[in-house]
Amino acid sequence: MSVLMRIFIVLFIIFLFAPIFLLPVFAFNDSAVIAFPLSGFTTRWFGELLQNAQLQQATFNSLRIAVTVAVLATTLAVLAARASTRYNFRGKAIVIGTIMLPMALPEIIVGISLLVVILQMGLKLSLWTIVLGHTLMATPFCVAVLRSAFQQLDPSLEEASLDLGQSRMATFMRITLPLVMPGLISSFLLAFIISLDEFVIAFFLSGTDTTLPVYIWGQLRFPQRIPSVMALGTLLLLLSIALLSLAELASRASRKRLSMERRNRTYP
Amino acid sequence: MTERGVASLALRRPVVSRETRRGLTLAGVPFLYALLVLAAPVGVVVVLSFWTQDYLDLIREFTWANYIEVWTKPIYQVLMLRSLKIAFLVTALTIVIAFPVAYYMSFAVPDRYKPVWIFLITLPFWTSYLMRIFLWKIILGYNGVINGSLTGAGLIAEPLQFILYNQFAVVVTLVHAWVSFAILPIFVAMEKIDRSLLEAARDLGDSRWQAFRRVTLQLAMPGVVAAALIVFIPVIGDYVTPRLVGGPNGLMIANMIELQFKKANNAPLGSAMALSAMLMVTSVALIFVWLNRRHMQRGA
Repeated sequence: MSVLMRIFIVLFIIFLFAPIFLLPVFAFNDSAVIAFPLSGFTTRWFGELLQNAQLQQATFNSLRIAVTVAVLATTLAVLAARASTRYNFRGKAIVIGTIMLPMALPEIIVGISLLVVILQMGLKLSLWTIVLGHTLMATPFCVAVLRSAFQQLDPSLEEASLDLGQSRMATFMRITLPLVMPGLISSFLLAFIISLDEFVIAFFLSGTDTTLPVYIWGQLRFPQRIPSVMALGTLLLLLSIALLSLAELASRASRKRLSMERRNRTYP
Repeated sequence: MTERGVASLALRRPVVSRETRRGLTLAGVPFLYALLVLAAPVGVVVVLSFWTQDYLDLIREFTWANYIEVWTKPIYQVLMLRSLKIAFLVTALTIVIAFPVAYYMSFAVPDRYKPVWIFLITLPFWTSYLMRIFLWKIILGYNGVINGSLTGAGLIAEPLQFILYNQFAVVVTLVHAWVSFAILPIFVAMEKIDRSLLEAARDLGDSRWQAFRRVTLQLAMPGVVAAALIVFIPVIGDYVTPRLVGGPNGLMIANMIELQFKKANNAPLGSAMALSAMLMVTSVALIFVWLNRRHMQRGA
């Protein structure tokens, strides 16, 4: 590979990581103004986070929403992924296409149409309306993850279980689910992260209770609040990296397990 | 119904096969959810876009007035064209940057390090979206990283002001936000390329450049088209980036849509605007797909 290419790649990595690199830098910088030169080390911005009741409420809301969305989206996605990998049925393209559609629409369209309907129906905006929108957005991503998990599944294992007299339900619970468990974990974490970070839909669909990104959006207008926002961002970054590593480990475990089973079957 | 009719009905094979029934039962729940939470609301927006609003009252009479206003009023035309321009620019730049990176990852990085590279490339995407955009404001700002280091190094006397609060800042920020998404499909397409095809091309007398152009580039094309779609669709509807780093001349159509639904309180006009934007996104996406199909046919 030429020298030019290497230089390009290095520049690209710098470009890609520049903002993330700055996050902890300003989170620990002892100045209320976010600018260079830096003025010293401090942890007081993290201390401020602990005393901010509004922020804690928003974080709590976001976590509750994210867990609910992760459960709902993964459940919906299991059904869709199973149907799309296991069965050939009429109208499949339309059904699966509709489920995947939110991926191909700008978020603002989804947010606005839901807002219009909720207001027309006279419902009040609440955390539940956000759950509704986030579940819709997260499901296609979960389907994508779970589809590959179901595809790797060896159908003869399920057939064996059915032949040995297990019911369809028992087979699904005892054979299929354990085998796709790592996929389920990845899907759950993915939906969790998507919901936790989603702003546009939450911005349109939140009432008096806000989520963390909506709260952060409100804070960005006040310069004196920025350093604590940076501290918060640093914590969120660590959380994301931890969750991502967990998801990666889960999918690696799944690959290993499946390949082991395949080997055992081939050479009994 | 006659007896014969009943008998023939019973004899006929079931209209819906067991396979179809099982598949539909499973997929039915998520399908219904998507219909109720997405299709129905979009349907309501379509209806709304043909009505008008008089202060607080909805006038439920069919009219094209909203669409005529959206497509003829200069301010909306400007915003729409600007959104298109920015989306095209971001898509083009993203692909120009993503292609060599994907090429490097696929052809230069050893197989066992590829997962690490994918992790590395996607990592920035997992930091808070708002925070990432805001950090670009810090990098490009008056006392920001770039100006700070340039003045510090004595290269410029006064901070550069043309790099924040304009369309340039919007483009840079959006390219950064989407480049990882563009790398992945191109990388996947390149991974599928049979390396022996390249050897064959070289053996048959192609130069390195010719082999690249006639084999790699051709076969990576579907990945490039996928990348273009993945970037173009969300970028044209982006709301946050123009608000944070765009300044008055960097605002895009999504900001105007939000304004209609909230402050201006003209949901019908906002609906027409949102649907016009969606129509534009869809037509551009279809053109991409069509161009790709024609390209593939010519290749075959």
